[in-house]
Amino acid sequence: MKILTGNDLKTGAVTWWTGYDWSLHVEDAVDVGSEADAILAREEGARRVNASYAIDAVRDTDGGVRPAHIKDRIRALGPTVRPDLTLKPADPNAGNWVI
Amino acid sequence: MYRYDQYDQAMVDTRVAEFRDQVERRLSGKLAEEHFRPLRLMNGLYLQLHAYMLRVAVPYGTLSGAQMHVLADIADKYDRGYGHFTTRQNIQYNWIKLEETPDLLADLAAVEMHAIQTSGNCIRNISSDQYAGAAADELIDPRPYAELLRQWSSFHPEFCTLPRKFKICVIASDTDRAAMKLHDIGIRIIRNDAGEIGAAFYVGGGMGRTPMIAPCIREFVPLDQLVTYSEACLRVYNRYGRRDNKYKARIKILVHELGAAEYTRQVEEEFAHLKTQGIEPPIAELERIKTYFADPAFDADASDAIDRSDALFARWVDRNTHPHKQKGYAIATISLKPVGGIPGDASAHQMHVMADLARDYSFDECRVTHAQNIVLAHVRKADLYALWQKLVAADLATANLDTIGDIIACPGLDYCSLANARSIPVAQKISRRFAESGKEDAIGELKLKISGCINACGHHHAGHIGILGVDRKGTENYQLLLGGCEGDDTSLGKITGPGFDEDGIVDAVEKATDVYLAQRQEGERFLDTYRRIGVDIFKEAIYG
Ligand code: SF4
Repeated sequence: MKILTGNDLKTGAVTWWTGYDWSLHVEDAVDVGSEADAILAREEGARRVNASYAIDAVRDTDGGVRPAHIKDRIRALGPTVRPDLTLKPADPNAGNWVI
Repeated sequence: MYRYDQYDQAMVDTRVAEFRDQVERRLSGKLAEEHFRPLRLMNGLYLQLHAYMLRVAVPYGTLSGAQMHVLADIADKYDRGYGHFTTRQNIQYNWIKLEETPDLLADLAAVEMHAIQTSGNCIRNISSDQYAGAAADELIDPRPYAELLRQWSSFHPEFCTLPRKFKICVIASDTDRAAMKLHDIGIRIIRNDAGEIGAAFYVGGGMGRTPMIAPCIREFVPLDQLVTYSEACLRVYNRYGRRDNKYKARIKILVHELGAAEYTRQVEEEFAHLKTQGIEPPIAELERIKTYFADPAFDADASDAIDRSDALFARWVDRNTHPHKQKGYAIATISLKPVGGIPGDASAHQMHVMADLARDYSFDECRVTHAQNIVLAHVRKADLYALWQKLVAADLATANLDTIGDIIACPGLDYCSLANARSIPVAQKISRRFAESGKEDAIGELKLKISGCINACGHHHAGHIGILGVDRKGTENYQLLLGGCEGDDTSLGKITGPGFDEDGIVDAVEKATDVYLAQRQEGERFLDTYRRIGVDIFKEAIYG
């Protein structure tokens, strides 16, 4: 699948395109098929996202969305060396798919 | 230390106001990212892997206690409670919000700090010896000259769009503690045979994808021509540096392609011309700057005695203190490398503690080192025990300076959008393994440096052991280098062979150190043994 990611303009937070908005959670990302360029141009223009780009991802057996490249998997959760700063610091299994 | 005059302060305040306006225009849509990006980079604001990252300049690594307190406050107020001290003697914050950046910069300006020229193709923060003004082997304090060059290079209109970034280092001691020959310009202040003080210029060094050791292009520049000669070096580079290819745009490529002799000839020609232009600042300005770096009021009666009855304290003294020029004083290094920790990171609480310790024990001043530690330069030996106890309480008393636990590591793929591989987890595993096995002490001095990509922010080329993270078909892979060294006998490490995965590289490092332990002769460091026996024995142990 093709998904879209970028950063929130004001806060810099990593965000993922949900089909109608940008979410902090990669599992909300949707397959945009061949629409990536059109969506990115519109959303950048509306300043709803910054430095956005399309990436390959797969949906795993649990339904989770997994970016293909390690860099985007790390972006999805947070630095691997600071679990306390990741999106789900209380969940010891969160991110067991990142590396 | 230097204090801003009204011009310095006005420039910084004006820049804060200007950037506030630029941010407002970006947020309201009047500026597109393509136009805003170079403006934010001029103010040290990057967009990194997880968020905006702000790099704050610490001129030649020197900070007052009040400045360190503000850095801590910024970590709490605008970031997530910590900061990362870098190999350029600066500090970076990883979780900055664009909308809050102007307020943050205003807070910095209130204590005479900024983030200007910490990014972009300009002259970056000038680096220097972290023991400046304190080391027993120092000729004079290099920081007034670093400060003079800071003033000259700040907003220099001719050099704000160089072919690439430009890094200058100034030292003034026999021992090079600042990797001087691995800078675009390395300046060593020396005394010549006639007893005059001047500067030797080393130009065209650097790390990155094409590491080079700077050749000395002039052995003696009179100190009253320091700025003029620097300007000549920059002019030739600005004129002929390769703007067509980002990877060949650093001055080291120009010096290499022209040859040091031809580059020098052109610099000398330019220098002769510039000397007629009267661009050197008046000597009175240098004298004004020097007054800020006068020795603090040392206690002339301070004793050299140290009570070593506490063994852990004695170990820290042996490992983390350095001889001071003043009787009864020592230079103390606070390691930001706890076992299994993140090299260079300090929490806001730890920064506050270090600021208080600087105030109480070191004339209200501290320094950031290129090895990502903090130095208290002027500590009475009689105060070392009290200082150490407070460091222990703040988890800042790790006794590992210059050992295999004192690892330089760049942020790598945990934070950096240019990275190929993570640096920090490798550093953590090596640090734990060698601390737990007790080999760290047995090995003694060993400088290990890790970069997450070829840009070499972690100085891997200059590590006795260097580690370079590469991307191997989408997975992290690590190359091992041996034999690098910064300092007087600067050398570049050589790749030993095929790379390793994360656990494999830790094993490879241990095998290399086992060779050293088995082969070393009396008094030899890891590097000495490597240089004596050559790489083959190491390769055999690592790959055999
Ligand atoms: S060396 Fe590479 S990965 Fe490390 S901080 Fe520099 S650019 Fe980033």
